[in-house]
Amino acid sequence: MISYGKHRFPGKLFVVEGTDGSGKSTQMALLYQWLKAEGYPVFFSEWNSSPLVKDTTRRAKKRHLFTPATFSLLHATDFADRTERDIIPPLKAGAIVLADRYIYTAFARDVARGCNRDWVRQVYSFAVKPTLAFFFRAPLDVAIDRIVSGRPLLKYYEAGLDLGWSDDPEESFTIFQGKILEEYDRMVSEFGLTVIDASRSIERQQREMRALITQHLKKRRSRSN
Amino acid sequence: MPNTEEEEYSGKLIVIEGTDGVGRSTHIALLRTWLESRGHAVLDTGMTRSILAGRGIKEAKTGHTLGRLTMQLFYATDFIDRLENEMLPALRSGFVVLTDRYIYSAMARAEVRGIDSAWIRSIYGMALVPDAVFYLRIQTPQQLVERVLSSGRGFDYWESGMDLHLGEDLYDSFVEYQTRMLKVFDRMSTEYQFHVLNASRSVRSVASDLRRSVTKLIDEPPSSQVDKTSLGYAASERTSSPANTATTLATSEDSKKAIL
Repeated sequence: MISYGKHRFPGKLFVVEGTDGSGKSTQMALLYQWLKAEGYPVFFSEWNSSPLVKDTTRRAKKRHLFTPATFSLLHATDFADRTERDIIPPLKAGAIVLADRYIYTAFARDVARGCNRDWVRQVYSFAVKPTLAFFFRAPLDVAIDRIVSGRPLLKYYEAGLDLGWSDDPEESFTIFQGKILEEYDRMVSEFGLTVIDASRSIERQQREMRALITQHLKKRRSRSN
Repeated sequence: MPNTEEEEYSGKLIVIEGTDGVGRSTHIALLRTWLESRGHAVLDTGMTRSILAGRGIKEAKTGHTLGRLTMQLFYATDFIDRLENEMLPALRSGFVVLTDRYIYSAMARAEVRGIDSAWIRSIYGMALVPDAVFYLRIQTPQQLVERVLSSGRGFDYWESGMDLHLGEDLYDSFVEYQTRMLKVFDRMSTEYQFHVLNASRSVRSVASDLRRSVTKLIDEPPSSQVDKTSLGYAASERTSSPANTATTLATSEDSKKAIL
């Protein structure tokens, strides 16, 4: 088993991280289109997408079966399947893999939920270290904006209701997001995350990301020429 | 995370280990009946029986696309779910917990698949050190083959290690896979101080040995709870543990660098 930081693949892995509402998914979608247009083989790997695991996850969420440890482990199981099937093979083949959310989401969230910080990192130590990991830093009020903006109701685990911070979902969610942001901030230096200022315009952020990514790519003949 | 290092557990955690087909569930059933007849409350538990992950694991295994890392983590999820929801509460209440397989099977399967067993140990860091591990040992894979045939079960893909492509068919693969597993278990017997039982004998002989050993264990005066610390070995007081079980649930900076 090869550990984080020790994989040597010809492909490139770019990931985006941050809270919901930070704009990371928009940027990822734009990156995907751009890279394809430039002629690169690109693959996208989505969080919680393993066909072997996602039914179990869905059932457990619905029936409130999780503890912080099992929540962490089951998501790690999903991630392992994605790593083995969707991430490593294309990277070995020299392709680009994009991921919306990565192990840092797990670290932030699971530690905020009370898991031992070192333990979570050990569990995920099989993960491939990204070529670049972008952290979209947005203030807390952006993360909790969904409470006031009328988006779908907060779900049990999403709001951290199993953790006993508050019986009120909104209050619980706010506390949860605050803790998550704290963890993300710590991880910027721990893992060398590239911080993107999420308050800037979409175009500005995209330019910044493309400039950084280009440095890691081999030249390709663009289709548009 | 359960703070397993500091709790008081008045029950006994007994593990029955051994490879496929060796008779674990037979002996657990016999032990259970016997213990209950003597007035002990018993919980028995085993792999893939968790409410959380049991069904998912079985479904995942039918398609034969389960990768080696994914398999390990799915089993770990199943185990921790049972640990937190069933085993620890039972131990706190003074139950005898009989468990069919433990972290050792996970480590053996991982090792045979080229996965770092230190990683497995770190995942299971919060697991308790059992009061006793009984290893039902069979000498050769041929004896296991006989049992597979006589039970009418046939050769199962996963029990034959077919994901490792060790042979052209289930039989060849089974023999090779189980040979490797037996070697790993033999080594772990020493490392982790299993009580090794010769499982090639009659069910009756093995059962009688088990009863004798379990009696001794259960009738022991409630000793210091210091022994039952978490398997992370971070706080383990094992007196004669061999050197290489030293992967701890890391809290020091050095270990942290080694992980990532």
